[in-house]
Amino acid sequence: MALQASRLEVGQTHEEVVVEDLKRTQLVQYSGASGDYNPLHSDEVFATKVAGYPTVFAHGMLTMGLTGKMLTNWVGDGRLTSFGVRFVGQVWPGDTLTSRATVAAIREAGATKLVDLTVETVNQDGRTVMTGAASARIDP
Amino acid sequence: MAVDRFPVEAGHILMFARSIGDANPIYSDEEYARKTEVGRVIAPPTFVQSSAQFDPDWPLRPKIGEPWFGSGKEPTGARSNPTGGSGGGGAGAGLHAEQHFEYHRHLKPGDVLRGVTKDGRRWEKEGRRGGRLQFMEMITEFYDQNDELVITARSVGVRTEKLPEQS
Repeated sequence: MALQASRLEVGQTHEEVVVEDLKRTQLVQYSGASGDYNPLHSDEVFATKVAGYPTVFAHGMLTMGLTGKMLTNWVGDGRLTSFGVRFVGQVWPGDTLTSRATVAAIREAGATKLVDLTVETVNQDGRTVMTGAASARIDP
Repeated sequence: MAVDRFPVEAGHILMFARSIGDANPIYSDEEYARKTEVGRVIAPPTFVQSSAQFDPDWPLRPKIGEPWFGSGKEPTGARSNPTGGSGGGGAGAGLHAEQHFEYHRHLKPGDVLRGVTKDGRRWEKEGRRGGRLQFMEMITEFYDQNDELVITARSVGVRTEKLPEQS
């Protein structure tokens, strides 16, 4: 179901828990699918002994992918026209992430109606791990 | 980064959707997809990043016959860590700071993409925790089998002089 301009207003939000208790195995899955095999994301020995991190941590792109799921669930499949993010905090195994989209504007580009959204993903402590923006085609 | 040929395959899309925990049937079920507005299986919005699988020079994939910097007998298998431009990098070197996509259309199984990457802006900033930060932007335009622009990707990588302190 696509969003309808007539039923949207600026400030309206949609949020979803996009991962609960993130598992290291999911980082391995993401490495395998995406092709980003950086050992920082799957190799505990390398991440701790060589890189000096407390453990492995998530690919930024995994957080973006998880957040994208919230967006497509809300705006509908094939409706996104843009999606951009900044990675502002690391995501660790065990984290639970909540992603939220907020309507920033409803506009027209030619015959097309679009919604502009601001996007934020926070962890279980309320710390922001990613911020961003997206636009999607909506129905009148 | 240069990707001459990125075949978009149904199995790859399914594995990618699983890896981001997305059970949406639009990414795998053709029969379901036919009845939707989209009308066919498509790829999730961040899927195009897995074009790295088809980049022969992508530094964050072990290559046959070459040393790999991950752990084996020793905590690291290489003297120096490769650093990837768009996808992060080695210890304390490169991390992914930003990623932006513009969708001209969404990808579907059967597409064959070609990625053309050019350097974007470069800038520096004094980091609060990580010393001097160097930002590098790269823009990749993905064209399909009909030479039509389908996705424009803009990636910003950041390098720090030292590891950020953990909090």
